[in-house]
This record gives sequence, C-alpha cells and structure tokens, in this order.
Amino acid sequence: MDTLILSRIQFGANISFHILFPTITIALGWVLLFFKLRYNATNDSAWMRAYFTWVKVFALSFAMGVVSGVTMSFQFGTNWPGYMEKVGNIAGPLLAYEVLTAFFLEAAFLGIMLFGFRRVSNRVHTLATVLVAGGTTLSAFWIIALNSWMQTPDGFEMRDGVAHAVDWWAIVFNPSMPYRLVHMLLASGLTVSFLIAGLSALRYLAGDRSESMWKALRTGVFTAAILIPVQIFAGDQHGLNTLEHQPQKVAAMEANWNTGPNVPLVLFALPDETAKENRFEIAIPDGASLILRHSASGVVPGLNDYPGNHPPVFPVFWGFRIMVGTGLLMLAVSWSAAFFLKRRNALPRPLAMLMVPMALSGWLATLAGWYTTEIGRQPWLVTGVLKTADAVGPVAGSHVALTLAIYLILYVLLLIAYLGVLVHLALKAAKDGDSSPLPGVMKTAMSQPAAGA
Amino acid sequence: MTFDWPTALPLIFAGLMGLAILIYVVLDGFDLGIGILFAAAEDAEQDTMIAAIGPFWDANETWLVLAVGLLLVAFPMAHGVILTALYLPVFVLLVGLILRGVAFDFRAKVPAGKKHRWNRIFFLGSLIASLAQGYMLGVYVLGLDVGLGGMAFGALVALCLAAAYAAMGAAWVIYKTEGELQKKAVRWLRTALVLTALGMAAVSLATPFASPRIFDKWFVWPEMLYLSPLPVLSALLFLWLWRQTFHLPRPDDSHALTPFLTLAGIFVLGFAGLAWSFYPFVVPDKLTIWQAASATESLAIILAGTVVVLPIIIFYSFYAYRVFGGKATDLTYD
Repeated sequence: MDTLILSRIQFGANISFHILFPTITIALGWVLLFFKLRYNATNDSAWMRAYFTWVKVFALSFAMGVVSGVTMSFQFGTNWPGYMEKVGNIAGPLLAYEVLTAFFLEAAFLGIMLFGFRRVSNRVHTLATVLVAGGTTLSAFWIIALNSWMQTPDGFEMRDGVAHAVDWWAIVFNPSMPYRLVHMLLASGLTVSFLIAGLSALRYLAGDRSESMWKALRTGVFTAAILIPVQIFAGDQHGLNTLEHQPQKVAAMEANWNTGPNVPLVLFALPDETAKENRFEIAIPDGASLILRHSASGVVPGLNDYPGNHPPVFPVFWGFRIMVGTGLLMLAVSWSAAFFLKRRNALPRPLAMLMVPMALSGWLATLAGWYTTEIGRQPWLVTGVLKTADAVGPVAGSHVALTLAIYLILYVLLLIAYLGVLVHLALKAAKDGDSSPLPGVMKTAMSQPAAGA
Repeated sequence: MTFDWPTALPLIFAGLMGLAILIYVVLDGFDLGIGILFAAAEDAEQDTMIAAIGPFWDANETWLVLAVGLLLVAFPMAHGVILTALYLPVFVLLVGLILRGVAFDFRAKVPAGKKHRWNRIFFLGSLIASLAQGYMLGVYVLGLDVGLGGMAFGALVALCLAAAYAAMGAAWVIYKTEGELQKKAVRWLRTALVLTALGMAAVSLATPFASPRIFDKWFVWPEMLYLSPLPVLSALLFLWLWRQTFHLPRPDDSHALTPFLTLAGIFVLGFAGLAWSFYPFVVPDKLTIWQAASATESLAIILAGTVVVLPIIIFYSFYAYRVFGGKATDLTYD
C-alpha cells in the first residue's frame, strides 16, 4: 500500500477516534448545566449526585478529546502538507479562532468546573459550567465551519494556485455550514441522551432505584425522544442541501447509476462499481424521487453525470443506511421508553436491556454519518479546489504503516479502557445509590486553600 | 525604514509563535517534569503531585496547540517541511502526550487495583513526550539534519530537556506542597539541576561545532559581546538557584516559588539564545519567516482576533491559577 492510502486510513482512524469524544462533551456540558440548574432551583441533592456521576464521564471524555485533537493538529503537517500550502489562508484563521476563542476557554474553566466546587462560590461554579459548555459548542462551530467550507467552498479566489480569502462571512457561513452544524449538534445531543439513558438502564438492571438514577434516566430518555424527530427533519434538510451543492454525493448515497425520473429508494443492495449496477437490490419504486424532489417523476442525479469525479459508492451508500437505520431504531426505543416512563412510571426489563447497548447508538450513527459525508467528498479534499491525492506528504509509506499500526493498537486499548471505566462508574453509582458521598455544597466559597477538601 | 504590514506581520507572528512555545515549555514543562518524578515518588505523594497540576494541565497543553496552530496558520510552508521531516519524533511525542493526558483521568477513575498501571503509564507518557520534544529541538537546531550526527545530538538535547523538565517539576512541587514531600522535592531539584547543567553545557559546547551556521553567528565580533549576557546570566542564575537549594524549604515557607521562577528565567534566556541563532529563518537555512508566511490578509484577520483574545486568555488563566492557589490538597470532584 502506498503513502496516500495509508495516510488516509491513518487520518480516518484518528478523526474517527477523536470525534467520539467531542460528540459526548459538546452536549454533556449542557446536560451538566441542566443538572446544576435543577439543583440550584430545587435544592434536591439527587440532581447533584447525577451531576457528580456525569462530570466524571465529562472529564474523561474531555481528556480523550484533547489528546486525540492535538494529534490531529499535528497530522495536518506530518501527513497532509499540501492542504495547508493550498488552502492555509482559509483553514488557518478558522483553526486559529477555534483555539483562541474556544479551546483555551474550555481548558481554563474545566479545572474550576471539575475541582473547584469548594474553592469558588456556587454562582462562579455555575458560570464555569456555562463557559465550558459554551466553549465546546463554539469549538464545534469553528470546526464545522472549516469542514463545511471544504465540502462547499465559498468566499475565496485562487491566486497563483493558492486560495485567498475574499469574504469571511461567506467562508464561515458557506452553503452547507448551517445544516451541518445543526445536524452535528443534534447528533451530539442524541449521543449523550442515549449514553445517559443506557448507563442509567444499566444501573436500573443492577437494582439501583435511587432518585439520582431516575433523574438521569428521565433526562436521557425524554431528551432523546424530543431530539430524534427534530434530527430526522434536520437530516432531511441537510440531505436536500447536499443535493443542491454536492449532487454526486447524493447519487452515491442512493447508489443511483443513471440520472433520470422515477428513481427508486434502494433499501438494500451491494453496489458494484465496475459493473455500474446494484446487486441483490430491494427498492421502493419512485422512493428516491419522492424524497428528494417531492414528485414521483422528479429527476434525481445519477453517477453517470460524474465519470471519474464521484466518491466510492459502496461505503457512502452503506454509511448512509447505517446512519438512517440507527436513527429509526433510536426513534422506536426512545419513544417506547418515554411512553413507559410517562404513563406507567416504570421501565420494563427487556426495554432496559435493549437500552444498554443503545448507549453507543449515537456513536454508531455519528460515525456512519461522518463517513457518508467525508467519503462522499472524495476524490476531493476541498471540493473543486484540491484533490486528496495532491495534498499528501513525502513521508515514506513504511513510516506511515508503522505509525498507523501503533495508533490503531493504542486507540483500541484506550477505547476498551474508556468503556470499562464507564461501566465501572455506572455500577459504582448503582451500588452507592442515594447514599453516595455528596460533596459539600455551599453558597459561598471556602477560604483558600480548601481545608481537608 | 518605513513600516509596512507585509514585512511586519510575519515578524509579529514569529514573535507570537515564539511566545506560545515559551509559555508551553515553561507551563507544560512542570507538568511533564512531575510525571518524570513519578518514578521516584511514593503512592500517597503521587496523589498530591497530581493534585498540584490536575486543574491546570489541560490549559497548559493548549499552548502547544496554539504554537503548532500559529506555525500552521502563519507559516504553512514551514509547517509542512518541519513536520514531515520530523514525522517519527512527532509521532512519538503524540503517543507520549496521549498516554500522559488520558492517564491523568484514568488513574483517578479506574478500580483501585488498576491505579498502579495508570501511574506507570503517566510516568512513561511524560518521559516519552519530554524526550521527543528535546530530540525534535536538537534535530531542528541542526537544520533538520536526520543523519547519525543529528540523531546523536538530538538524543543529547532530549536528555538535557528531560532533566530540565524534571527540575521544573521539582520546583513546582516545592511551591505546591509542604512537609516531607517538599523536602524530598528539594533533593530532586538538586539532582535534576546537576543533570540539567551538565546537559546544557554539553549542548552549548556541541552546538557551534555541530552547526557551522550557528558557529558563525555566535563567534563574530561585536555580536559576541551583545550575546554574552545570555550565557553569563544563565550561569549566575544556576549558581544562585544551587545555593538556594541548601536553604529550602525555609521554616516560614518563604521563597517557595523562587526556584520555579528562577528556572523559568533560565528557560527564557535559553530561548532568547535559540531565537537569536535562528533569526530570520523559520526552517533553518531554507525558509525565512517572510518566505514561509501566508497571505497578509489572512495574517491580519488572525492578528485582530489574537490582540483581543490573548489578554483575556492570560487573564482567566491567572484567575484559574489563583483559584487553585496555595498548597495542593487531594483533588476531589467538589
């Protein structure tokens, strides 16, 4: 294998590992704020117990996100020097603003949020939680702006083969950016609500009936039940936006080989790129035309319009189906759970058992969605501006193979350790129940240093 | 000379990048140093040492992201050249930083029986990251020479930097702890200082001979005269700090921060020497900061943001340090 494909696998592995953790921290910050505000309003210590269980998950996820994010900032240079040389004038400022406005903010106030409870007043601690949650969301804003610009570049001109910024507003709010940002923020919200619901279900199955378990479970289930229909709508809008700006990606998502009307919605198929056809196809007649054009005779772009200039069909087609399938499963599970919690005030055991593995459904859907959109951008790194093959660096393939192998081993081990800790934390919380040691919560700051804290 | 933005901006950004690297080296230096000192500490002491850096390390590492970000943003050409030449050392650095960073959290959250494992990983990650940074510095000083000589020189700088970080870590422990651990840290500091001084002397002697370019830059009259305060001041600070270690810790705990500040001063002097040796190159002998700089309008928009945001960052960083001021107590999530 050559440097290009190895570098792509390596970057794909790194960014896949990385995105798992921001997907959790972006929304979990706001959930923690919700727990905190509920506590402030009700003085019910169960909210604070929920906070302290989940703030540990936040801390661990944040650390995993930071170290894998640092890795990626270096890999732009080590593996893809052509990227910065060609579009550095655009990508650079966006990344710089991410570090300056978001990264520092999160990192500085994280310490206070995690360890500062007795060292600052309750008000300042709540403010620190707001700043950390706001920082992670702002981070997502800048990164999504850059990623969307790579998908649908705007507001620039090429001079001497290098992109130069012309209109920063158009660069940041490029055509696909608002859709992708909303889609991703909702994905984060869903990932976190299913994670909280799933681990709370695990506590439930372990016999925990404590108030903090119920509060976390309800928060997770109801948030998921509310967000999933919104996400389905937002995802549909995002798809229509893609149809307008990146039709070749939609053609690959639908495995539609020929442009024309009455295009079926393919439910299952093994797309064969050499024969340019789908094998074992199961399809709903006119389905794709109806969804994308709202008319059975609507013309849907096909891959034949983009010879040599469309993404690989198989991964994009299946990535999209896994994402949508997981989304529908999320809808079914969260609405059933919400029904039982609301009407019966109970959680049936089989449903609880289903919710435990569903704790990771958000990860699956998010990864599948990102694979769809990122592989769907190929062969371009920046659509119409820079091909992926032209950005790769001069490093020897053997070096990349070596580093890739070690990264993969490291990431698998870390992922196992991470999931192990999540289960450990949940079971520990289940064992302690409402008798878990509650930290001293005070309205005023203690004298410094905190004595015996 | 008239002032014009295309000339000034790359210079400003080189300065900002240098500042970010310097702040990173000083701040994460003590984090990494404490990780290295983990090897010599008892279980209970390790908890206190972690408590001395736990609330800060994230923000400290962010300065590295800013430094590499500024390199990437302001000097995209140099970014590619330097990082592809240093592909494997960068990789080793990243693995070290990953292990160090996650061990912080894992060691506090895994079942008690597995804590030891993560303590060892914390030590290893910190050591690996420190050595990799030193090695990269060495290879960079020699103009990204990756021959056998370059590797040997890199290894020398690696050991020197690891020792210097250990000294920083010990100095931070002296500031943040009391009792037995503080006394122990003074002994650590002495050992680390000897190693750092030996390393710095060896590196200073080897540098002009390993690099003819730097030789020419150092030993020319009258530049030699202007440059002379750097080594003289560094040596004086070293000697003074060495004497201090015989009086620390004082009964009233005064001067507990002095070793750290002195070491930070030595780092600043060393950094100034390096900056002098390289100017105006960002890739030694290949690319000057003006050749490697990105477009003026892009630099301008980043500068506008930086000028506004950097003081705010520095302000709230100080605030965070103040909140966790005083002697470190066990870290709890409250």
